[in-house]
Amino acid sequence: MSDTHAQTVSFVRETQLPPAPPPTAQTGVVKWMRENLFNGIWGTLLTLISLYAIYSILAGVMPWLLNGVWNTSNIRECREVLEGATGGCFSVLSERWNQLLFGIAYPRAEYWRPTLAFILLFVAAAPVLFPNLLPRKLLIFTGLYPFVAFWLIWGGTILSPIVALAGFVVGYIVFQRFVAQSFAAGFFGAIAAAVVTWWLGGIIAGLLAPDQPWLSRVASRDMGGFMLNMILGTVCVSLSLPIGIVLALGRQSKMPIIKWICVIFIEFIRGVPLITLLFVANVVLAYFLPPGTNFDLILRVIIMITMFAAAYIAEVIRGGLAALPRGQYEAADSLGLDYAQAMRLIILPQALKISIPGIVNVAVGLFKDTTLVSIISMFDLVGMIRGPILASTDWNGVYWELWAFAALLFFVVCYGISQYSQWLERQLATDHR
Amino acid sequence: MTTLTDPPQESFRLSMLINDTRYRSYTFQFIALILLIAAIAYLGNNLVSNLAAAGLNFSYEFLGQPAGYDINQRLVEYTSRSSHMQATIVGVLNTLLVAFLGCLTATILGVFAGVLRLSNNWLIAKLMSAYVEAFRNVPVLIWILIINTVVNILPQPRAYRGETPDAEMFLGMIAFTNRGVYLPAPTWGPGSLMVVATFLLSIGAIIFFRRWATKQLYDQGREINKLWPTLGLFFIPTLLVYFVMGSPIGVEYPELRGFNFQGGLQVQRPLIALWLALSIYTGAFIAENVRAGIQAISKGQTEAAASLGLRPGRIMNLVILPQALRVIIPPLISQYLNITKNSSLAIAVGYADITATLGGITLNQTGRAIESVLLLMLFYLIISLTISAVLNIYNNAVALKER
Repeated sequence: MSDTHAQTVSFVRETQLPPAPPPTAQTGVVKWMRENLFNGIWGTLLTLISLYAIYSILAGVMPWLLNGVWNTSNIRECREVLEGATGGCFSVLSERWNQLLFGIAYPRAEYWRPTLAFILLFVAAAPVLFPNLLPRKLLIFTGLYPFVAFWLIWGGTILSPIVALAGFVVGYIVFQRFVAQSFAAGFFGAIAAAVVTWWLGGIIAGLLAPDQPWLSRVASRDMGGFMLNMILGTVCVSLSLPIGIVLALGRQSKMPIIKWICVIFIEFIRGVPLITLLFVANVVLAYFLPPGTNFDLILRVIIMITMFAAAYIAEVIRGGLAALPRGQYEAADSLGLDYAQAMRLIILPQALKISIPGIVNVAVGLFKDTTLVSIISMFDLVGMIRGPILASTDWNGVYWELWAFAALLFFVVCYGISQYSQWLERQLATDHR
Repeated sequence: MTTLTDPPQESFRLSMLINDTRYRSYTFQFIALILLIAAIAYLGNNLVSNLAAAGLNFSYEFLGQPAGYDINQRLVEYTSRSSHMQATIVGVLNTLLVAFLGCLTATILGVFAGVLRLSNNWLIAKLMSAYVEAFRNVPVLIWILIINTVVNILPQPRAYRGETPDAEMFLGMIAFTNRGVYLPAPTWGPGSLMVVATFLLSIGAIIFFRRWATKQLYDQGREINKLWPTLGLFFIPTLLVYFVMGSPIGVEYPELRGFNFQGGLQVQRPLIALWLALSIYTGAFIAENVRAGIQAISKGQTEAAASLGLRPGRIMNLVILPQALRVIIPPLISQYLNITKNSSLAIAVGYADITATLGGITLNQTGRAIESVLLLMLFYLIISLTISAVLNIYNNAVALKER
């Protein structure tokens, strides 16, 4: 009796059910929103608060942005066009565009020169920034770029950048010739050769210099606007990198005197704000120069900012050096490499790779800090806005448009650099974690 | 058959100074020392001859002379007849004030933003990334000037006047104007010292009690409710003494008299602009440090805590943050230093910190550039070294104790 129904009632399904879609609450947008926007009371509350914040920001900014006026010549005309409605007077940007970028005094006919230098900057930077994508031959242009850019922006006789370049070339040749014997001989020989070349070249260039150079000379005090920020930023970062490496190596050195010189320099510079160093450049440095010399203010500022950045970069690189395993140093020693070879071939390439994020941080910070020169009355972008533009009767009171423009300009550059550095880190990630 | 003998003892040759590792380091250090001394001598010589040519001498006598300028925001007595020395002290205190306020607010802001950036909530995480990126990638000077403009569009004091004023005081106590914020200020009557002392004592008692309660929990497994005794200790003794002494501490509200508010606590506009800008700017950096610190704690810790049945909030407070603190503290130190150093930008909004008094007006009036800048640098150096020393002690205290 017990097996009467055994064949007629099946407890096990014999066919597979067709796959059914998950419930709507567990798929697509709904699921995503439940998990990411409305998970629990707190999540929902946070979402609502953020939505309100976004709404109020957009409600404030969008009419101002969309209703903006772009082609009036002063603030009164702009207000007439607006007729009391909310809207930005962006015409200050279109009217003062050249001043914002090049400053007041840079000759108007020569604007193409800094512009060309700016475009060439990308060409010169490309082989450094994308070493795997571009041929290495392009690095030659990168080496030439500083001299080209100097000649384009400052103008004057072409002989001075050529002499400067010749000094480096002669120094490099001497270095190559002697470095096989000993690094020190090559190093000091190169410096001596370069100095001699510059000295001789200076005399020759002085004799040959034409009265009417191809590119008219522009004085440093005529530089201004965002161009000044770019000049200070690129020059100081590129100069401070080698100095920072030297300082970092000096700080790690076993020679006590050299070590303490570096430590005191780094700690002193890092302990004071950049403003005080700019004050030094502005009012104090002249006292320390030989009587009668009149150093260009830009040059003085470049010296101080470079020292400032070098101290920070030195600390970053010190971190990279400390992060290398001891085995790398020992391996270099066991190969019989001397100090210079070990550093150049084994230690520094790895240490610098580790320090890339830190170096980029310093570079971005430095570029932002170039705005501080406005405090010692130089007319960089911020200085231009605070001084000549806002003080003029035409545009007195147009704060938001100008500050938003300045903020946007810096944001684009700095965000671009930091995104690049993250990309580079991924490229260089040769280890597997 | 060959035998190994010691290499022949070479006599000293000049080239060994460079090529022999035994002597090379001495050579280099000697050269470095000579160069350093030469550079210092050269610069010092120039300095002496330049000063002589300008008819100046190196002296700090100017600090004793009357300053002759006014300072709006001051913590100690100061009039325009006071000396440059007193102006410098006012500047020092103002620098310390804005640095302290800035560090406090930036930390709160940064911890919130850093934790929220890791939140499950997509919208708030994106919003916080936008905040961090926007503030990190724009110069602090521009932010200071923008926030100065924001404070500047607050209503003028006269908007509060009349039968139907354009603006109203917040809760009838706080007035936000374009000259600054006016807050109610406490007034200290006789006997108020007793109240303050009682309050401080009860704070001490609270700390003592909580330590004792924790020790009881660890030693004997006895859980003592901490909340109610803490609240009781916080309020009851102070209130008792307050009423026993006859309510010695009162509140003075700011009032509109004439063209401006009088009475109460006045926080001037430059201080507000600088304080807000520095804290929001540095808050973005601290948020990144906090995020990095939290992400440095392995996910297993969160999962282990969750498997014990802790809720997300308590996991963050009891498990993640205490461990992340060790990673967060060192970069936090440098952020505090950054705030202190960035407060020198006060000069851009007219806040009278030491850079604006000593490095600005005093320097311009007396022409004593070297002395002023030297003093200014010395002050910042001392501050920097002190902050990093104090915080390093704390850092060592929370560091992981290993065998």
